Amino acid sequence: MKLKSILPVALGALAIGFGASDLRAEPVDDKLIIDGEKEMITRTKAPEGHPFDEVLSGWLFRTPETRAMEADSFQNPAMLYVERGAEIWNTVDGAAGKSCASCHGDAAESMKNVGAHYPKWNAAAGKPYNIELQVNDCRAKNMQAEPYKFDHADQKALVTFIKHQSLGTPMGIDLSQGEMKSWWEKGKDLYYTRTGQLNLACASCHEANAGKYIRADHLSQGNVNGFPTYRLKQANMVSLHNRFRGCIRDTRAEQPKAFSDELMALEVYVTWRGTGLSIETPAVRQ
Amino acid sequence: MRDTCKNGLIGAALLMAVGTSAWAAGPVGPNDVKFEDATVKASLTGQPGDAAAGRKAFADKKLGNCLACHKNSEMSEQLFHGEVGTPLDGVADRWKPEELRAIVVNSKQVFGPDTVMPGFYTLEVGTHVAKNFQGQTILTAQQVEDIVAYLGTLKE
Repeated sequence: MKLKSILPVALGALAIGFGASDLRAEPVDDKLIIDGEKEMITRTKAPEGHPFDEVLSGWLFRTPETRAMEADSFQNPAMLYVERGAEIWNTVDGAAGKSCASCHGDAAESMKNVGAHYPKWNAAAGKPYNIELQVNDCRAKNMQAEPYKFDHADQKALVTFIKHQSLGTPMGIDLSQGEMKSWWEKGKDLYYTRTGQLNLACASCHEANAGKYIRADHLSQGNVNGFPTYRLKQANMVSLHNRFRGCIRDTRAEQPKAFSDELMALEVYVTWRGTGLSIETPAVRQ
Repeated sequence: MRDTCKNGLIGAALLMAVGTSAWAAGPVGPNDVKFEDATVKASLTGQPGDAAAGRKAFADKKLGNCLACHKNSEMSEQLFHGEVGTPLDGVADRWKPEELRAIVVNSKQVFGPDTVMPGFYTLEVGTHVAKNFQGQTILTAQQVEDIVAYLGTLKE
Protein backbone atom coordinates (compact mmCIF):
# COMPACT_ATOMS: atom_id res chain seq x y z
CA MET A 1 0.00 0.00 0.00
CA LYS A 2 2.71 2.40 1.04
CA LEU A 3 4.96 1.42 -1.86
CA LYS A 4 2.11 1.79 -4.32
CA SER A 5 1.44 5.32 -3.22
CA ILE A 6 5.11 6.30 -3.32
CA LEU A 7 5.97 4.79 -6.72
CA PRO A 8 3.98 7.12 -8.97
CA VAL A 9 5.44 10.08 -7.09
CA ALA A 10 8.97 8.75 -7.53
CA LEU A 11 8.40 8.10 -11.24
CA GLY A 12 6.91 11.52 -11.62
CA ALA A 13 9.95 13.06 -9.99
CA LEU A 14 12.23 11.11 -12.36
CA ALA A 15 10.23 12.28 -15.36
CA ILE A 16 10.60 15.87 -14.18
CA GLY A 17 14.32 15.31 -13.63
CA PHE A 18 14.93 14.15 -17.18
CA GLY A 19 12.38 16.11 -19.11
CA ALA A 20 12.67 19.47 -17.49
CA SER A 21 15.91 20.69 -19.05
CA ASP A 22 14.15 23.06 -21.42
CA LEU A 23 11.63 24.24 -18.83
CA ARG A 24 13.90 24.75 -15.90
CA ALA A 25 15.75 27.87 -17.02
CA GLU A 26 13.43 30.37 -15.36
CA PRO A 27 12.82 31.26 -11.75
CA VAL A 28 9.41 29.95 -10.68
CA ASP A 29 6.24 31.95 -10.53
CA ASP A 30 5.39 31.24 -6.90
CA LYS A 31 4.72 33.08 -3.67
CA LEU A 32 6.64 32.52 -0.46
CA ILE A 33 4.23 32.69 2.45
CA ILE A 34 5.77 31.55 5.73
CA ASP A 35 3.38 29.28 7.65
CA GLY A 36 0.56 30.44 5.41
CA GLU A 37 0.60 33.82 7.14
CA LYS A 38 3.54 36.00 6.31
CA GLU A 39 4.17 36.81 2.67
CA MET A 40 7.75 37.53 1.63
CA ILE A 41 8.70 39.95 -1.12
CA THR A 42 10.64 37.65 -3.43
CA ARG A 43 10.43 39.91 -6.52
CA THR A 44 10.68 43.63 -6.60
CA LYS A 45 11.66 46.51 -8.83
CA ALA A 46 15.42 46.99 -8.83
CA PRO A 47 16.91 50.17 -7.34
CA GLU A 48 18.12 52.84 -9.73
CA GLY A 49 21.44 52.03 -11.35
CA HIS A 50 20.95 48.26 -10.99
CA PRO A 51 21.77 46.09 -14.03
CA PHE A 52 18.46 44.20 -13.71
CA ASP A 53 14.91 45.52 -13.94
CA GLU A 54 13.75 43.21 -11.20
CA VAL A 55 15.56 41.68 -8.25
CA LEU A 56 14.66 38.12 -7.35
CA SER A 57 15.11 36.09 -4.20
CA GLY A 58 17.18 32.93 -4.51
CA TRP A 59 14.09 31.12 -3.20
CA LEU A 60 12.54 31.38 -6.69
CA PHE A 61 15.43 29.35 -8.11
CA ARG A 62 15.13 26.38 -5.77
CA THR A 63 13.30 23.07 -6.14
CA PRO A 64 9.68 22.69 -4.98
CA GLU A 65 10.88 20.60 -1.98
CA THR A 66 13.40 23.23 -0.87
CA ARG A 67 10.87 26.02 -1.32
CA ALA A 68 8.30 24.13 0.75
CA MET A 69 10.85 23.54 3.49
CA GLU A 70 11.44 27.26 3.90
CA ALA A 71 7.73 28.09 3.76
CA ASP A 72 6.99 25.90 6.79
CA SER A 73 8.85 26.94 9.92
CA PHE A 74 8.28 23.48 11.47
CA GLN A 75 10.06 21.88 8.52
CA ASN A 76 12.78 24.51 8.24
CA PRO A 77 15.83 22.89 9.89
CA ALA A 78 17.32 26.32 10.54
CA MET A 79 14.62 27.22 13.05
CA LEU A 80 16.64 25.18 15.57
CA TYR A 81 19.42 27.73 15.17
CA VAL A 82 16.95 30.55 15.77
CA GLU A 83 15.97 28.83 19.03
CA ARG A 84 19.61 28.40 19.96
CA GLY A 85 20.17 32.08 19.17
CA ALA A 86 17.36 33.03 21.54
CA GLU A 87 19.08 31.05 24.30
CA ILE A 88 22.37 32.85 23.68
CA TRP A 89 20.55 36.19 23.68
CA ASN A 90 19.41 35.50 27.22
CA THR A 91 22.60 33.90 28.55
CA VAL A 92 25.04 35.91 30.65
CA ASP A 93 28.59 35.80 29.32
CA GLY A 94 31.76 37.75 30.06
CA ALA A 95 33.22 39.64 33.02
CA ALA A 96 30.50 42.32 33.06
CA GLY A 97 27.92 39.67 33.94
CA LYS A 98 25.60 40.67 31.12
CA SER A 99 23.62 38.96 28.40
CA CYS A 100 22.37 40.64 25.23
CA ALA A 101 18.98 40.84 26.96
CA SER A 102 20.44 42.72 29.94
CA CYS A 103 20.65 45.83 27.77
CA HIS A 104 18.45 45.09 24.75
CA GLY A 105 15.55 43.38 26.51
CA ASP A 106 13.14 41.46 24.33
CA ALA A 107 14.71 41.01 20.90
CA ALA A 108 11.27 40.77 19.29
CA GLU A 109 10.97 44.48 20.08
CA SER A 110 14.51 45.83 20.29
CA MET A 111 15.82 43.96 17.23
CA LYS A 112 12.67 44.19 15.14
CA ASN A 113 13.66 45.22 11.59
CA VAL A 114 17.20 46.05 12.74
CA GLY A 115 19.02 43.35 10.73
CA ALA A 116 17.35 44.42 7.49
CA HIS A 117 19.39 47.62 7.47
CA TYR A 118 22.88 46.21 7.95
CA PRO A 119 25.71 46.73 7.00
CA LYS A 120 25.72 50.15 8.62
CA TRP A 121 28.41 52.80 8.79
CA ASN A 122 30.37 52.59 12.05
CA ALA A 123 32.10 55.92 12.62
CA ALA A 124 34.33 54.72 15.44
CA ALA A 125 35.68 51.84 13.37
CA GLY A 126 35.73 53.88 10.16
CA LYS A 127 34.16 51.06 8.18
CA PRO A 128 30.82 49.39 7.60
CA TYR A 129 29.71 46.94 10.28
CA ASN A 130 27.59 43.89 9.68
CA ILE A 131 25.71 42.11 12.47
CA GLU A 132 28.67 39.85 13.24
CA LEU A 133 31.00 42.81 13.78
CA GLN A 134 28.36 44.68 15.77
CA VAL A 135 27.84 41.67 18.05
CA ASN A 136 31.58 41.26 18.58
CA ASP A 137 31.96 44.94 19.36
CA CYS A 138 29.15 44.71 21.90
CA ARG A 139 30.63 41.59 23.46
CA ALA A 140 34.04 43.19 23.85
CA LYS A 141 32.93 46.63 25.06
CA ASN A 142 29.76 46.00 27.01
CA MET A 143 29.90 42.36 28.09
CA GLN A 144 33.67 42.10 28.50
CA ALA A 145 33.38 38.77 26.72
CA GLU A 146 35.60 37.28 24.04
CA PRO A 147 34.57 38.24 20.51
CA TYR A 148 33.32 35.26 18.52
CA LYS A 149 35.76 33.66 16.13
CA PHE A 150 34.51 33.64 12.54
CA ASP A 151 31.79 31.06 12.02
CA HIS A 152 31.69 29.93 15.64
CA ALA A 153 28.41 28.02 16.02
CA ASP A 154 27.17 30.60 18.55
CA GLN A 155 27.98 33.48 16.22
CA LYS A 156 25.93 31.90 13.46
CA ALA A 157 23.03 31.09 15.78
CA LEU A 158 22.93 34.56 17.36
CA VAL A 159 23.17 36.39 14.03
CA THR A 160 20.47 34.11 12.61
CA PHE A 161 18.24 34.93 15.59
CA ILE A 162 18.83 38.68 15.24
CA LYS A 163 18.24 38.68 11.48
CA HIS A 164 15.11 36.59 12.00
CA GLN A 165 13.59 39.51 13.93
CA SER A 166 13.41 41.22 10.52
CA LEU A 167 11.59 38.36 8.78
CA GLY A 168 9.62 39.89 5.93
CA THR A 169 11.14 43.37 6.24
CA PRO A 170 12.48 44.75 2.95
CA MET A 171 16.25 44.86 2.95
CA GLY A 172 17.66 48.37 2.55
CA ILE A 173 20.90 50.01 3.61
CA ASP A 174 21.73 53.68 4.07
CA LEU A 175 24.50 54.62 1.67
CA SER A 176 24.43 58.28 2.70
CA GLN A 177 26.11 57.60 6.05
CA GLY A 178 29.88 58.13 6.47
CA GLU A 179 31.87 56.66 3.61
CA MET A 180 29.34 54.00 2.67
CA LYS A 181 29.26 55.17 -0.93
CA SER A 182 32.99 54.62 -1.44
CA TRP A 183 32.71 51.16 0.12
CA TRP A 184 29.82 50.48 -2.25
CA GLU A 185 32.05 51.53 -5.16
CA LYS A 186 34.85 49.30 -3.96
CA GLY A 187 32.41 46.41 -3.57
CA LYS A 188 31.14 47.01 -7.07
CA ASP A 189 34.68 46.85 -8.46
CA LEU A 190 35.19 43.54 -6.68
CA TYR A 191 31.88 42.19 -7.97
CA TYR A 192 33.13 42.63 -11.53
CA THR A 193 36.75 41.57 -10.92
CA ARG A 194 37.60 38.18 -12.33
CA THR A 195 39.57 36.07 -9.91
CA GLY A 196 41.48 32.83 -9.88
CA GLN A 197 42.66 30.35 -12.46
CA LEU A 198 39.07 29.99 -13.68
CA ASN A 199 38.97 33.76 -14.26
CA LEU A 200 35.41 34.35 -13.04
CA ALA A 201 33.80 37.34 -11.36
CA CYS A 202 30.64 37.30 -9.24
CA ALA A 203 28.96 38.87 -12.27
CA SER A 204 30.07 36.03 -14.58
CA CYS A 205 27.57 33.71 -12.92
CA HIS A 206 25.08 35.82 -10.97
CA GLU A 207 24.59 38.59 -13.51
CA ALA A 208 25.50 37.26 -16.96
CA ASN A 209 24.05 33.79 -16.34
CA ALA A 210 21.45 34.13 -13.59
CA GLY A 211 18.60 31.71 -14.24
CA LYS A 212 20.78 29.15 -16.00
CA TYR A 213 22.02 25.87 -14.65
CA ILE A 214 25.64 25.22 -13.85
CA ARG A 215 25.54 21.45 -13.54
CA ALA A 216 22.73 20.81 -11.02
CA ASP A 217 22.88 24.29 -9.51
CA HIS A 218 20.36 26.84 -10.65
CA LEU A 219 22.26 30.14 -10.72
CA SER A 220 20.35 32.80 -8.82
CA GLN A 221 21.04 36.52 -8.80
CA GLY A 222 23.15 35.89 -5.71
CA ASN A 223 21.04 37.99 -3.36
CA VAL A 224 21.86 37.89 0.32
CA ASN A 225 18.44 38.43 1.92
CA GLY A 226 18.30 34.87 3.30
CA PHE A 227 21.62 34.83 5.19
CA PRO A 228 22.65 33.19 7.39
CA THR A 229 21.03 30.49 5.31
CA TYR A 230 20.53 26.77 5.81
CA ARG A 231 22.39 25.01 3.01
CA LEU A 232 21.18 21.46 2.40
CA LYS A 233 24.48 20.61 0.69
CA GLN A 234 26.35 21.31 3.91
CA ALA A 235 23.48 20.40 6.26
CA ASN A 236 24.38 23.49 8.27
CA MET A 237 23.90 27.20 8.65
CA VAL A 238 26.14 29.08 6.28
CA SER A 239 27.15 32.66 6.94
CA LEU A 240 27.42 35.20 4.16
CA HIS A 241 31.19 35.54 4.40
CA ASN A 242 31.54 31.76 4.37
CA ARG A 243 29.59 31.71 1.09
CA PHE A 244 31.60 34.59 -0.38
CA ARG A 245 34.77 32.69 0.46
CA GLY A 246 33.41 29.45 -0.98
CA CYS A 247 32.50 31.11 -4.27
CA ILE A 248 35.91 32.78 -4.53
CA ARG A 249 37.67 29.50 -3.68
CA ASP A 250 35.74 27.86 -6.52
CA THR A 251 37.37 30.25 -8.98
CA ARG A 252 40.68 28.82 -7.70
CA ALA A 253 41.66 32.11 -6.07
CA GLU A 254 43.06 32.92 -2.63
CA GLN A 255 40.17 33.59 -0.28
CA PRO A 256 40.02 36.98 1.42
CA LYS A 257 39.59 36.77 5.21
CA ALA A 258 36.10 36.98 6.65
CA PHE A 259 35.17 40.58 7.55
CA SER A 260 38.22 41.88 5.64
CA ASP A 261 37.78 45.24 3.93
CA GLU A 262 37.29 43.42 0.62
CA LEU A 263 34.47 41.23 1.85
CA MET A 264 32.83 44.03 3.85
CA ALA A 265 32.81 46.17 0.68
CA LEU A 266 31.36 43.25 -1.24
CA GLU A 267 28.70 42.76 1.44
CA VAL A 268 27.69 46.42 1.17
CA TYR A 269 27.41 46.25 -2.61
CA VAL A 270 25.65 42.89 -2.81
CA THR A 271 23.21 43.86 -0.05
CA TRP A 272 22.33 46.94 -2.10
CA ARG A 273 21.74 44.74 -5.16
CA GLY A 274 18.97 42.97 -3.26
CA THR A 275 17.30 46.19 -2.05
CA GLY A 276 13.60 45.68 -1.38
CA LEU A 277 13.64 41.90 -0.98
CA SER A 278 12.30 40.59 2.31
CA ILE A 279 14.74 39.31 4.87
CA GLU A 280 14.11 35.55 4.78
CA THR A 281 16.54 34.52 7.50
CA PRO A 282 16.78 31.65 7.98
CA ALA A 283 16.34 30.80 4.30
CA VAL A 284 16.77 27.25 2.98
CA ARG A 285 18.89 26.77 -0.12
CA GLN A 286 20.30 23.82 -2.02
CA MET B 1 94.58 14.71 -21.41
CA ARG B 2 93.83 16.95 -24.31
CA ASP B 3 91.85 14.19 -25.98
CA THR B 4 89.85 13.59 -22.87
CA CYS B 5 89.01 17.24 -22.70
CA LYS B 6 88.05 17.31 -26.36
CA ASN B 7 85.87 14.24 -25.95
CA GLY B 8 84.27 15.84 -22.95
CA LEU B 9 83.43 18.91 -24.95
CA ILE B 10 81.97 16.89 -27.77
CA GLY B 11 79.98 14.94 -25.26
CA ALA B 12 78.62 18.13 -23.73
CA ALA B 13 77.75 19.48 -27.17
CA LEU B 14 75.96 16.25 -28.00
CA LEU B 15 74.02 16.37 -24.76
CA MET B 16 72.98 19.94 -25.49
CA ALA B 17 71.87 18.98 -28.97
CA VAL B 18 69.81 16.09 -27.63
CA GLY B 19 68.43 18.35 -24.91
CA THR B 20 67.44 21.02 -27.42
CA SER B 21 65.74 18.61 -29.76
CA ALA B 22 63.85 17.02 -26.87
CA TRP B 23 62.68 20.49 -25.82
CA ALA B 24 61.68 21.37 -29.37
CA ALA B 25 59.58 18.23 -29.62
CA GLY B 26 57.92 18.89 -26.24
CA PRO B 27 54.60 20.67 -25.85
CA VAL B 28 54.25 24.32 -26.78
CA GLY B 29 54.19 26.38 -23.59
CA PRO B 30 51.02 28.32 -22.77
CA ASN B 31 52.72 31.63 -23.58
CA ASP B 32 53.94 30.35 -26.95
CA VAL B 33 50.68 29.16 -28.47
CA LYS B 34 50.23 30.86 -31.86
CA PHE B 35 46.74 32.11 -32.68
CA GLU B 36 46.05 32.80 -36.36
CA ASP B 37 42.61 34.16 -37.21
CA ALA B 38 41.03 32.57 -34.14
CA THR B 39 42.63 29.21 -34.82
CA VAL B 40 45.53 27.23 -33.41
CA LYS B 41 46.67 25.16 -36.35
CA ALA B 42 49.23 22.74 -34.94
CA SER B 43 48.80 20.20 -32.18
CA LEU B 44 50.25 21.59 -28.96
CA THR B 45 52.17 18.38 -28.41
CA GLY B 46 52.96 17.51 -32.01
CA GLN B 47 50.92 14.38 -31.36
CA PRO B 48 47.32 13.64 -32.24
CA GLY B 49 44.90 13.61 -29.32
CA ASP B 50 43.27 10.50 -27.88
CA ALA B 51 39.49 10.91 -28.06
CA ALA B 52 38.82 8.25 -25.38
CA ALA B 53 41.15 9.99 -22.92
CA GLY B 54 39.58 13.29 -23.97
CA ARG B 55 36.12 12.01 -23.12
CA LYS B 56 37.34 11.33 -19.58
CA ALA B 57 39.09 14.69 -19.20
CA PHE B 58 35.98 16.40 -20.59
CA ALA B 59 33.83 14.95 -17.80
CA ASP B 60 36.40 15.11 -14.98
CA LYS B 61 35.32 17.84 -12.56
CA LYS B 62 38.94 18.68 -11.75
CA LEU B 63 39.99 18.87 -15.41
CA GLY B 64 37.72 20.04 -18.22
CA ASN B 65 34.54 19.90 -16.11
CA CYS B 66 32.87 20.80 -19.41
CA LEU B 67 29.43 19.49 -18.34
CA ALA B 68 29.28 22.21 -15.69
CA CYS B 69 28.34 24.60 -18.48
CA HIS B 70 27.66 22.55 -21.63
CA LYS B 71 25.03 19.99 -22.55
CA ASN B 72 26.40 16.99 -24.40
CA SER B 73 23.94 14.28 -25.44
CA GLU B 74 26.76 11.84 -26.18
CA MET B 75 27.38 11.82 -22.43
CA SER B 76 23.78 11.22 -21.38
CA GLU B 77 24.88 8.75 -18.69
CA GLN B 78 25.92 11.80 -16.68
CA LEU B 79 23.05 13.70 -15.08
CA PHE B 80 22.64 17.48 -14.93
CA HIS B 81 24.36 19.10 -17.88
CA GLY B 82 24.84 22.84 -17.53
CA GLU B 83 23.38 25.48 -19.79
CA VAL B 84 25.73 28.41 -19.33
CA GLY B 85 27.54 27.58 -22.59
CA THR B 86 26.15 26.38 -25.90
CA PRO B 87 25.21 22.68 -26.26
CA LEU B 88 28.04 20.67 -27.76
CA ASP B 89 25.90 18.30 -29.82
CA GLY B 90 27.27 18.47 -33.36
CA VAL B 91 30.05 20.85 -32.32
CA ALA B 92 32.40 19.19 -34.83
CA ASP B 93 30.02 20.10 -37.65
CA ARG B 94 30.24 23.76 -36.69
CA TRP B 95 33.93 24.15 -35.84
CA LYS B 96 37.13 22.83 -37.40
CA PRO B 97 39.67 21.12 -35.10
CA GLU B 98 41.99 24.15 -35.23
CA GLU B 99 39.10 26.37 -34.13
CA LEU B 100 38.12 23.99 -31.32
CA ARG B 101 41.75 23.94 -30.17
CA ALA B 102 41.82 27.75 -30.04
CA ILE B 103 38.57 27.84 -28.04
CA VAL B 104 39.76 25.29 -25.50
CA VAL B 105 43.21 26.88 -25.15
CA ASN B 106 41.91 30.42 -24.58
CA SER B 107 38.36 31.16 -25.66
CA LYS B 108 38.89 34.89 -25.11
CA GLN B 109 41.05 34.88 -28.24
CA VAL B 110 38.01 33.67 -30.17
CA PHE B 111 34.94 35.07 -28.40
CA GLY B 112 36.45 38.23 -26.92
CA PRO B 113 37.23 39.28 -23.35
CA ASP B 114 33.66 39.06 -22.03
CA THR B 115 33.15 35.33 -22.42
CA VAL B 116 32.85 33.53 -19.10
CA MET B 117 34.53 30.40 -20.49
CA PRO B 118 37.85 29.80 -18.74
CA GLY B 119 41.00 29.44 -20.83
CA PHE B 120 42.24 25.91 -20.27
CA TYR B 121 45.82 26.36 -21.50
CA THR B 122 46.66 29.96 -20.79
CA LEU B 123 48.27 31.99 -18.05
CA GLU B 124 46.00 34.96 -18.78
CA VAL B 125 43.86 34.31 -15.72
CA GLY B 126 42.09 36.21 -12.94
CA THR B 127 43.56 38.05 -9.95
CA HIS B 128 44.73 36.40 -6.71
CA VAL B 129 45.20 32.91 -8.15
CA ALA B 130 45.47 30.40 -5.28
CA LYS B 131 49.05 29.36 -4.51
CA ASN B 132 48.63 25.78 -5.65
CA PHE B 133 47.37 26.92 -9.07
CA GLN B 134 49.82 29.77 -9.72
CA GLY B 135 51.72 29.51 -13.00
CA GLN B 136 49.71 26.46 -13.95
CA THR B 137 47.17 25.84 -16.66
CA ILE B 138 43.90 24.01 -16.00
CA LEU B 139 44.77 21.31 -18.56
CA THR B 140 48.05 19.97 -19.88
CA ALA B 141 48.82 20.35 -23.58
CA GLN B 142 48.07 16.66 -24.10
CA GLN B 143 44.73 16.93 -22.29
CA VAL B 144 43.80 19.84 -24.57
CA GLU B 145 44.64 17.69 -27.60
CA ASP B 146 42.66 14.77 -26.17
CA ILE B 147 39.59 16.93 -25.56
CA VAL B 148 39.89 18.49 -29.03
CA ALA B 149 40.01 14.96 -30.48
CA TYR B 150 36.92 14.00 -28.48
CA LEU B 151 35.03 17.14 -29.54
CA GLY B 152 35.92 16.19 -33.12
CA THR B 153 33.76 13.08 -32.70
CA LEU B 154 30.63 15.06 -31.74
CA LYS B 155 28.88 15.13 -35.11
CA GLU B 156 25.18 15.07 -35.87
